[in-house]
Amino acid sequence: MSRYCDLAIRTRGLRKVFSGKVAVRNLTLDVPRGEVFGFLGPNGAGKSTSVKMLLGLVFPTSGEAQILGRPVGDVKARSKVGFLPEHFRFYDWLTPTELLKLHGRLYGMSHSKLRERIPVLLDLVGLTPHRDKRLRDFSKGMLQRIGLAQALLNEPDLIFLDEPTSGLDPVGRRLVRDIIKRQRERGATVLLNSHLLGEVEVTCNRVAFIKDGEVLETRQLDDDLEEQTTVSIRAANVTAEIVSGLSQWSRSVRTEGERVTLSMSSGAVMPEIVRYLVASGADVYEVTPQRRSLEERFLEIVGTDGGL
Amino acid sequence: MGVWIMAAVTFREAARKKMLWMALAAGGAFLILFGTGLHFQAKDFAAHGMSPVLRREISFTMVTMGLYAVDLLAVLMTILTSIDTLSGEIASGTIQAIATKPVPRWQVLLGKWFGFLGMLTAYIAIMVVGVNAITYAMAGVTARHLASGLSLMWMESIVLLSVTFAFATYFSTLTTGVLTLGLHGLAFLGGWIEQFGAITQTQRAVNVGVIASVLMPSEALWRRAAFEMQSPLASAMRISPFSTLSVPYGHDLLCRDLPDNRTRYRDSPLLSA
Repeated sequence: MSRYCDLAIRTRGLRKVFSGKVAVRNLTLDVPRGEVFGFLGPNGAGKSTSVKMLLGLVFPTSGEAQILGRPVGDVKARSKVGFLPEHFRFYDWLTPTELLKLHGRLYGMSHSKLRERIPVLLDLVGLTPHRDKRLRDFSKGMLQRIGLAQALLNEPDLIFLDEPTSGLDPVGRRLVRDIIKRQRERGATVLLNSHLLGEVEVTCNRVAFIKDGEVLETRQLDDDLEEQTTVSIRAANVTAEIVSGLSQWSRSVRTEGERVTLSMSSGAVMPEIVRYLVASGADVYEVTPQRRSLEERFLEIVGTDGGL
Repeated sequence: MGVWIMAAVTFREAARKKMLWMALAAGGAFLILFGTGLHFQAKDFAAHGMSPVLRREISFTMVTMGLYAVDLLAVLMTILTSIDTLSGEIASGTIQAIATKPVPRWQVLLGKWFGFLGMLTAYIAIMVVGVNAITYAMAGVTARHLASGLSLMWMESIVLLSVTFAFATYFSTLTTGVLTLGLHGLAFLGGWIEQFGAITQTQRAVNVGVIASVLMPSEALWRRAAFEMQSPLASAMRISPFSTLSVPYGHDLLCRDLPDNRTRYRDSPLLSA
């Protein structure tokens, strides 16, 4: 039981069928508390349906799921959950302050707590100058920001962010990254559903690749040094003898002018290689590790046929 | 708690979107028109030296006519204002951020229902009291059993609001509108079939109307309200263009043995002749 309590999200064989069409086939997932977890997959992979099942918006056909140690749909569990929906729509006749007050009241927050919290959040998402405007006059980016503030109102333990940066300019994206980082430092768990793989790469600890409603693979993103890495080195005075010496770290060494490219079993051996080159008399100007991007991994795991 | 938060936000939405104010403005225009018509009528009656009994009877008919129009407006107001609140929010996704809050779904639903009920109660009360105040001022007449009539009209609105909400949880806005108006139309038609059945003493036709009113009691509630509010003479004769010959009773809804309902029109002096 205690192990389950350490998990922010736990699903076992979660399945959803809509009128004979399988949206989520078999979702089995463990997300520990305090993790920023990325949910990746092509369109129609079942990501949004999975998130909706975890939030109790859609009833699963079969399987079980818990959030924060409580069954999905439990009202108490929802009091510590924040959610930014993908297609963010609110009562557009409200002002941001009124909107946050409404959602805060639905969280059961007191008026005095809200008086204190709302200005802080408006400031955090940069909407203080617009606090008295109606939401109908907001741009998509501004709506995204107020949605984010709404998701953070109750200082949640678990935050679902569904495409939080869509509609945001680079400054807004940076803001979202910083907010996620701050939530992680606070000990909150964040489930990030995004198509922007670059965002996921710099924000998440771990990602799950999902396709046809099934997790194909989960992968840790912050232990890249342990992964097979390609490094590109620009150095002068690299003799044939030095090149052959490099084979102790790599079976694949390629030279082209002053550029030497080699694949290593682990990024951890990189300092050793640099020390060897310098000791052998080569003049090293540049060492660039060429890690496989998340996009390459995504295409490798999920395939190139994409979604529907 | 969630119920009152949602009720307050729903009521505020109606006010903020000017829905409430526009309805009251249209209601005000209706009352002015009604008052103007009644004013000229009262003047003409006095000029022609019409008998007080006839004047009183015509004034009673005018109140019933005014209330009939109010009822029609209330039916449309109930359906049109509430039709989009659930299905529209489900379709646009607005409900997602609300439904994921630690508030049970039934509270969200009931809160919205109460919000509309508050608005419709205020509307019906203002309009019914307005029509009666005008008739009293112009002709010294008010609807008979006003409280009962008002309560029945209010109940009609509750029935329509609940049916609209029930459909809106599952169907789109347009489908909800078609279904609710369709059901009310069915009840309306059933009511007329029942009336003609009563006039022609066709029990099966009356039964068709009774079944329609059990399926959708909105029209039957109005007909009972009209019966309560019409003049004593019209009530005794059970004749009025806006009222009813076959009077719906509360036990209709529970009554399984339909032929027993025959007593309702057998009492009518027109039919027992």
